[in-house]
Amino acid sequence: MNQIYWPSVFFLIFGALACGFAVAVLLTANIVRMAFYLVLSLAATAGLFFLAGQDFVGAMQLLIYVGGTLVLLIFGVMLTSQERFVSMKTMAGDWLIGLGAGAALLFLLVIAATSVPNWRGRDAAEVQQMQVEKTAAPIAMGLLGARVDQINEPAQANIVRSGYLLHFEIVSIHLLVVLIGAAYLARAKRKPASVPTT
Amino acid sequence: MGAFFDQYLPTWLAYTLAGLIHVGLIINLVAVGALIFIWLERKISGRIQDRLGPTRVGGKFGWLQTLADGMKLLTKEDLMPEGADGFLFRIAPYVSFGASITAFIAIPFAGGDYPWIAQRVNTGVFFVIAVLGLEVFGVILAGYSSASKWSLFGAMREAAQVVSYEVPLGMCAVVPVLLAGSMDLVVIGDQQAGWFTNWFIFNDPATFITFWVYFTCATASVNRAPFDLAEAESELVAGFHTEYSGLRWSFFFMAEYGSMFSVSILASILFLGGWHGPIPIASLLHVDGTYFGNLLGCLNVLFKGTLGVAIMMWVRWTLPRLRIDQVMATCLKYCTPIAAVMFLGAALWQYALPGRNFFGLSRAPAAVYNVSEGWSAGANAAIEKSAPVETVNAESPTPVAVVLTQSNRGG
Repeated sequence: MNQIYWPSVFFLIFGALACGFAVAVLLTANIVRMAFYLVLSLAATAGLFFLAGQDFVGAMQLLIYVGGTLVLLIFGVMLTSQERFVSMKTMAGDWLIGLGAGAALLFLLVIAATSVPNWRGRDAAEVQQMQVEKTAAPIAMGLLGARVDQINEPAQANIVRSGYLLHFEIVSIHLLVVLIGAAYLARAKRKPASVPTT
Repeated sequence: MGAFFDQYLPTWLAYTLAGLIHVGLIINLVAVGALIFIWLERKISGRIQDRLGPTRVGGKFGWLQTLADGMKLLTKEDLMPEGADGFLFRIAPYVSFGASITAFIAIPFAGGDYPWIAQRVNTGVFFVIAVLGLEVFGVILAGYSSASKWSLFGAMREAAQVVSYEVPLGMCAVVPVLLAGSMDLVVIGDQQAGWFTNWFIFNDPATFITFWVYFTCATASVNRAPFDLAEAESELVAGFHTEYSGLRWSFFFMAEYGSMFSVSILASILFLGGWHGPIPIASLLHVDGTYFGNLLGCLNVLFKGTLGVAIMMWVRWTLPRLRIDQVMATCLKYCTPIAAVMFLGAALWQYALPGRNFFGLSRAPAAVYNVSEGWSAGANAAIEKSAPVETVNAESPTPVAVVLTQSNRGG
């Protein structure tokens, strides 16, 4: 029994779950069921990250993608609650366009994934030798401007070593702008008198 | 445990067995915990309302009352409204219950070199908060699929509430992470070893306030009164579980009590020292690190968790329910700004007074600093070496310096 490489088995299980529920999203007509299958598919993807030993990315997947689908679900419920259990029909032409776009994207991804030498599969013996860094601290240090994983690299790599602080700040400012914009758009446009007071 | 069984059994059986034991223990903790908490809630509410509560079933104190209730729920008819979306209606209780027990996977019950934890996740705090946020899925699915106005209202209220309260909850949980320099719950707990003066709640005034904000937000995020708008009886019949009966209904309740317990345990690990009691009994008896010491620590965690749940019950039977706009105002106008300012305060305090605890009155014992995440000691040394690189970012805000101080002392 020990010939079976168990991580691969679990990879196949989680991968099959992710793909199966993704197909289920396509085939369902009910928008809330769609969102539910999407949640399951994304959760299975988080399982793949946990399997790879990347707890931080896995938890991030759960929080952002699965939690983000929650908002999608809420909007689904809010928009369809006028007419319950609304079913969405897909036109034949839409199927054609969708399949074409999906096939093109899949083709591109397969080409990209197989053409980079570093992304090729490793054999089991090599994997056994690998030491996965079981902590999120290097990522956090990288976001704060210190690349501890590349600290022993030669000195001319100074730009690389300065980490992701600038990118991090740019993204934060972007998000702040988006938040302020959303608050501005969502604010009540009525006169103060008609707003119920607390 | 898997490695232990591996010596005697084939690999696949050993790891399956170890996994089943972990899962069985966790499910039992939630299920038996719910039995006890429901009895406790009845007794506490009875005493607060000047009644006795259950007294008959099981002899003294009515301690078998919940079991009798469980039997009653088991024999009830499993109803489903005619217009309901059957598949989602059936699956919703399991989604809630599943999310509730999954959080316990990453929660440690004793620390040290061999922590009692089903799966040590190095970003434990983050994982637990992420998974607890998923419990609301079950509620929304239940509310939507019931084909009832009351259910849908309750579910939408709950969704709005949980999504907004996750923000201050996360901000409060970040403060102990900042102090410990790690998101690993085992490390966070072990950094508070010793007397109660080492607890993070007493580290500085900011963390003291943060704890109370955390507890408020945790109460809101598990939908307990005064924030239980999703099931407001006076307005919404029973909210999202109006149409549920029997065992499916009780799954929602087990999930609720499980979440209450897990946020309370999380509070105890983040702020109240976790398995390190007010008095370090284990180290006074020289048993810390042994099986007996871990058992004491586990009891300590369970006691603190139960205490947190009891306080939530006390609050529930004392305060009236808020209105939905008051709930939102509490989150956005009070909890979030207070949490943000306290985060800043804790960072500045740590920067001004590094290595001191108990409101800066005493010096933190050196042994506490030796607890580290275990990410290569070489990396720590390398950070010290690379000090010039850090000065390039000197204009960056102070948290950089704080975090660096934290990780330097870890080595």
